[in-house]
Amino acid sequence: MRIVLSNASPDPIYEQIVRQVRAQILSGDLSEGDPLPSIRALARDLQISVITTKRAYEELEREGMLNTVGGKGTFVAAQNPEFLREKKMKTVEEKLSEAVDQARLLGVSPEELAEMMRLLYGEGD
Amino acid sequence: MNAALEFDGIAKNYKGFTLDPATFELPSGYIMGLIGPNGAGKTTLIKLVLNLIRGNAGAIRVFGLDHLEHEKQIKVRIGYVPDEPKFYEDIALKNLKRATAPFYPRWDDARFNSLVDAFDLPLDRKFKKLSQGQKTKFALALALSQGAELLVLDEPTSGLDPVFRQELLKMLGELLQDEKTSVLFSTHLTADLERIADFITFIRDGRIVFSAPKDEVLDRFMLVKGGREVLDAASRGLFDGIRVHTHGFEGLTSRANEVRQRLGDRVAIERASLDDVMVLMERKVEHAA
Repeated sequence: MRIVLSNASPDPIYEQIVRQVRAQILSGDLSEGDPLPSIRALARDLQISVITTKRAYEELEREGMLNTVGGKGTFVAAQNPEFLREKKMKTVEEKLSEAVDQARLLGVSPEELAEMMRLLYGEGD
Repeated sequence: MNAALEFDGIAKNYKGFTLDPATFELPSGYIMGLIGPNGAGKTTLIKLVLNLIRGNAGAIRVFGLDHLEHEKQIKVRIGYVPDEPKFYEDIALKNLKRATAPFYPRWDDARFNSLVDAFDLPLDRKFKKLSQGQKTKFALALALSQGAELLVLDEPTSGLDPVFRQELLKMLGELLQDEKTSVLFSTHLTADLERIADFITFIRDGRIVFSAPKDEVLDRFMLVKGGREVLDAASRGLFDGIRVHTHGFEGLTSRANEVRQRLGDRVAIERASLDDVMVLMERKVEHAA
């Protein structure tokens, strides 16, 4: 597991952890059954609060990314890849429809919007 | 949750300084940062825990036990590093250690020796020959070797360089692994606590302004910066503290959404640091244009 925390990030530390662990699970860098460090060990390694780490793990458990087995530790949960993709696609759709709403308000044409998106897509990597 | 340390309305009056009744607790297994400007009452609170001074009202419980009634029993379980460590000036460190260790049933000599190595402490030297930083390091080496369940550190980092401060934070993280050791850490250098502390207690002018999980504090407050022209009576009401200077203002707010709605992109909104909270909270500072 790879976690890089930035103090300059506008996101709180726990969110940075959630995002990075989630990304590694979705990309397959972490796979089902992989053990994660204990909350206190991760807090020590990252030199952050135990409460912050706990909050990140709890959030990931709620999302179904992690399972905690009492007395054994925390593991990457089984993921259904199609379901995951669908979930991600839904997020993309939601964000896009937000953008469309805003564009409508400003009178941006579908062509202009598509052009903007094409540009952003090029920048993205 | 078991509390390692509970302040229950403890109060103290000195000539020229009053500690208002303070009530808050440090749950067992966590680090609490006690922050506040110099003279706010941090050391007074800490000395009350150690019974170095007597409170005028209220009580303190350590490990669930009244700290006066069970003083001896409690003290062998507390590791204490004062802001200015004092030992017999003319005695060599190794002898000071020899005089200290027998008081602590869980004393760990191997640990002491490894800390002496790590801190590069000259055991044959007399205490008075140590630099300020070495005095603190020696006090830390003793406190960390006692098998203490509660560490009380009064400004332990103020005289130390950044490299050592980093080392110390790492050691504290290590200590917390057993889920039992708790740390109360006072400082005015909030950067040390920004990441590692679980709870923050903010004291100013002898009054506890808040005591809360650090993440809650950092989530609650945002820092708003902008030009003076956006400030009117209504917008001022959105801030928990504000500093107005010649070229603009900085405000601390727990109502970031309202600020965004009313002032929109006329202001910059960012996450507040503990320092911002400490400096701005409940402040109204105005500088004439």
